[in-house]
Amino acid sequence: MAPTSKLSLGIKKASRSHAYHRRGLWAIKAKHGGAFPKAEKPAAVADAKFYPADDVKPRKPSTRKPKPTKLRSSITPGTVLILLAGRFMGKRVVFLKQLKSGLLLVTGPFKINGVPIRRVNQTYVIATSTKVDTSCVNVEKFDDSYFARDKKKKAKKTEGELFETEKEATKDLPVFKKDDQKAVDAELIKAIEAVPDLKSYLGARFSLRDGDKPHEMVF
Amino acid sequence: MPFKRFVEIGRVALVNYGKDYGRLVVIVDVVDQNRALVDAPDMIRCQMNFKRLSLTDIKIDIKRVPKKATLIKAMEEADVKTKWENSSWGKKLIVQKRRAALNDFDRFKVMIAKIKRGGAIRQELAKLKKASTA
Repeated sequence: MAPTSKLSLGIKKASRSHAYHRRGLWAIKAKHGGAFPKAEKPAAVADAKFYPADDVKPRKPSTRKPKPTKLRSSITPGTVLILLAGRFMGKRVVFLKQLKSGLLLVTGPFKINGVPIRRVNQTYVIATSTKVDTSCVNVEKFDDSYFARDKKKKAKKTEGELFETEKEATKDLPVFKKDDQKAVDAELIKAIEAVPDLKSYLGARFSLRDGDKPHEMVF
Repeated sequence: MPFKRFVEIGRVALVNYGKDYGRLVVIVDVVDQNRALVDAPDMIRCQMNFKRLSLTDIKIDIKRVPKKATLIKAMEEADVKTKWENSSWGKKLIVQKRRAALNDFDRFKVMIAKIKRGGAIRQELAKLKKASTA
């Protein structure tokens, strides 16, 4: 519908009846049985019984999805890593693969330096440029659920037993885990023994001596 | 104690400060009391303060500001590279570079080798001591 043209501000060119006819208001009336269609008034909203004291926005749950952890380019399967923290601080271990959680799967090998198949965070590790051949090792079966802790069942204690010190049965490693360790290490050790001095290198711990400048050392 | 190494055209010097640290250059001209024009086969000719240069014993036979090709030819005739690498100064620098580039595994191997060498020396010494007292 074209806007009514104006002669001046507030003065329309077409008269009231002329505009009525031109806009087709007679047709709308005819369509709706002689009267304009009335819009339905929305139902009156009852006054809320409770108004919160502060105008606080409701918090929306976060839709952020964390990105998969980026693996340092210096870490590839077979790289010798130096562990920097924890029980095996200073030990040189062999990197196997990165798990879905972002943690690195490493092994000593166990026979060489006592480090079992274990998960380790990338940030607590120095990657050396020494590489071992891990093409013969199959690490498909290892994932984060392999390392999950067993759920402890809490048995109901009688009053007397409550005050006794917990005698927890020291759990032995399940046999299948020991076998997995042996399977992974068997081929790896052969590859390691092929390189002279590598076995004793992996068995030795790393430490800083007097005069060492770690920021200038090439790893 | 007279001076033996002079700033002259053809003197080979080692850069001891700045972007070109460790490079061997040849003095091809003297700009003024403090600066020299230096040139090397793999670098654009530029001026450098004498304080940035450490003079070496090596000197080559060139005229003032030779062309690059002439300079390279003169350096090869004087065999600067071999003379430098056989000098004790040059050998020291090569060893330093090699040690700085050692891997963690390499450093481990060096440690093992040092222990073995020390052990062998001590064994021989013990033998000699025994022989001299016997």
